[in-house]
Amino acid sequence: MGLAEPGLPLDTAIVTKLEEAIGWARESSLWPMIFGTACCAIEFMSVAASKYDISRFGAEVVRFSPRQADLLIVAGTVTYKQGPILKQIYDQMSEPKWVISMGACASSGGFYDNYSTMQGIDKIIPVDLYVGGCPPRPEALLDALLTLQADVKTNKYNPDRHKDFKGLLDNV
Amino acid sequence: MSNYITIAIENLHVFIEEKFAEGFSYLLDITAIDYSEYIEAQEEEFAIVYIIRHKDFKQILVIKSYLAALEVQSITDIFSGADWLEREVYDQYGIKFKGHKNLRRVLNHCAFVGHPLRKSYPITKGQLSLCVDDLQDEMNNRLLGKSVVCKLEDGSFSDCSKDLMFLNLGPSHPASHGTIRTYLALDGETIEAAVIEIGYLHRGFEKSCENHTYNQIIPYTDRLNYCSAISNNIAFAKTVEDMLGVTLHPRGQAIRVLLLELSRIEDHLVCLAAILVDMGAMTNYWYMYNPRETIYELLSKLTGARLTNSYMRIGGMTNDLHEEFESDLNNALLKVKEGVDETLSLIKHNRIFHDRTQNIGIITPKDAINASLTGPNLRASGVAYDMRKDSPYYGYENYEFDVAVGSVGDVYDRIMVRFEEIKQSTSIINQVMKTMPEGEINVKDASIVLPNKEAVYTTIEGVMNQFKLTYEGVKVPAGEYYGSIEATNGELGFFIVSDGSGTPYKVKVKAPSFTAISAYADMIEGFQLADAVLTLGSLNIIAGEMDR
Ligand code: SF4
Repeated sequence: MGLAEPGLPLDTAIVTKLEEAIGWARESSLWPMIFGTACCAIEFMSVAASKYDISRFGAEVVRFSPRQADLLIVAGTVTYKQGPILKQIYDQMSEPKWVISMGACASSGGFYDNYSTMQGIDKIIPVDLYVGGCPPRPEALLDALLTLQADVKTNKYNPDRHKDFKGLLDNV
Repeated sequence: MSNYITIAIENLHVFIEEKFAEGFSYLLDITAIDYSEYIEAQEEEFAIVYIIRHKDFKQILVIKSYLAALEVQSITDIFSGADWLEREVYDQYGIKFKGHKNLRRVLNHCAFVGHPLRKSYPITKGQLSLCVDDLQDEMNNRLLGKSVVCKLEDGSFSDCSKDLMFLNLGPSHPASHGTIRTYLALDGETIEAAVIEIGYLHRGFEKSCENHTYNQIIPYTDRLNYCSAISNNIAFAKTVEDMLGVTLHPRGQAIRVLLLELSRIEDHLVCLAAILVDMGAMTNYWYMYNPRETIYELLSKLTGARLTNSYMRIGGMTNDLHEEFESDLNNALLKVKEGVDETLSLIKHNRIFHDRTQNIGIITPKDAINASLTGPNLRASGVAYDMRKDSPYYGYENYEFDVAVGSVGDVYDRIMVRFEEIKQSTSIINQVMKTMPEGEINVKDASIVLPNKEAVYTTIEGVMNQFKLTYEGVKVPAGEYYGSIEATNGELGFFIVSDGSGTPYKVKVKAPSFTAISAYADMIEGFQLADAVLTLGSLNIIAGEMDR
């Protein structure tokens, strides 16, 4: 019987592992911070608007302050000029935190293989989920969110998972 | 009507001044050409190009000068809009401008070494940025102009005579609509001076054009003004078609007009939705954004993509209108009307809305022209310049519509002009649908348009044709050409240099948002911090188009 089981009498006492209780609580209270830079950010607007409505999945409290957010969604192209800014924002978020890279550009530089475009944000910050598409359809981003939530719920994410990550802007 | 002339560099400044006096007072663009890899050797390796419109908005002058030395007299004393355009040429080509007061990079980051649009700069050579420009010296110079600081003998600046607070709005800020940095000197809530930094979304569009064929560039154009992708497709395709000397069949033209106007609606919807959110009027976001979803559905059916449609091709478009197009369109237009009406009913007579927008962020008609504003932003200042009327193409002269103009040039006018343009565009679309001609959507020319699939699968000519066009691209006659249309944000132009191959030698975008943001600092000084947010929103800056 899970924590989210409907229909339990209100005076039921539940015994569970602390870890599970935390995972359950975190799952539907992700606060995303949108680092929207380009076309993909316009598709994020659709995800937030009524038709796709991200609030159905408990992730609608969009923050623009990294200190108040635990899910960084990078939506759009990240250039070398933006690199230090993105890194600073990531560093300012407190643990636990997750990163979704939305779209071809954020994931790999997309079709901008040139002098100004960073060839994927994972060159500077660790990424947990990549969403393909240019831009991804809103359903694809929602799917990524659901995937992430399922893993957050089971505490699949090891807090030390990025311990060895070293980006281009680390220690330079 | 465009006129191309070459002038000796020593006469250039005087010539531009004379032309200015003759009425060529609306600067469109400044760029340079690096001829070092051009098919035939030119007088000099570099040339500088000025594109200027006459104040009758009909004639265009394209002035070129070959450069023996990489230094040119600045024309910022004639056009205020030249300021950032010259900075861009400096940044991208390393050409210096004598007399320019703030010649620093504008698109590339401060640690960047070299000038990427030079042919000698490798396309994929990226450079890490480790620093952030503190912009303090630029800020001091601006404050100097307002006598808030003085310059000391050793060249440093004195302390501020006012108790200023310095604040960064952006680059990552919800109200910056993308990544734009506004560095402010505040006295209380009042903006004493502002310095703007852009280039955060400079993703090398122009350089990338130099290793892609013309049709491969279409998807890149989608991502200039990504709120209305198709209008960029059309501007680019039309310019190349003009260079090829081909004209679309009336049906192709009518479909382009229709989609241009639909793009305009789509673009204005998102601009208005966003600015109303910035104002705290959240409800309107749903009213304005949901019709956009209906347009997305229509475009998905037509083009296969919601946002980045890549629907146009050189010489036409990918496919004809789908079967239920008309009913889908009518449904979308109905939703747009409902959304607009509902929003207007909430704001039109709303005191808060009026107080927040009227007499805020004003730019006079004279300044707007001198700063090269264009489109709804220029019209809001009362200048009735609209290419669809002044130099019509695709049969715009046959449709009845009004040009919406403002009277004050404030945030309110820029918003209301867009509301009115949505109505006018709807009317144009209805007229187009009523008179939609039958016929071909593509030009009949095997050297431009891909053969149909049946020919490819069953005939050797078809295979060859497909292969050659795909690999080599559409061959455009050698030459230099500027073409533009009235896109959603105003005059969107492309200056293309062709060497006769299937890949452009050089492409320069005349981007409406770029000149708009260069006028932004002057527009917000003296107003309050919260007004800056609305002024930025009302200019509809789209980073993809501004930074390219
Ligand atoms: S992935 Fe495509 S849609 Fe997204 S930001 Fe990059 S170019 Fe734009």
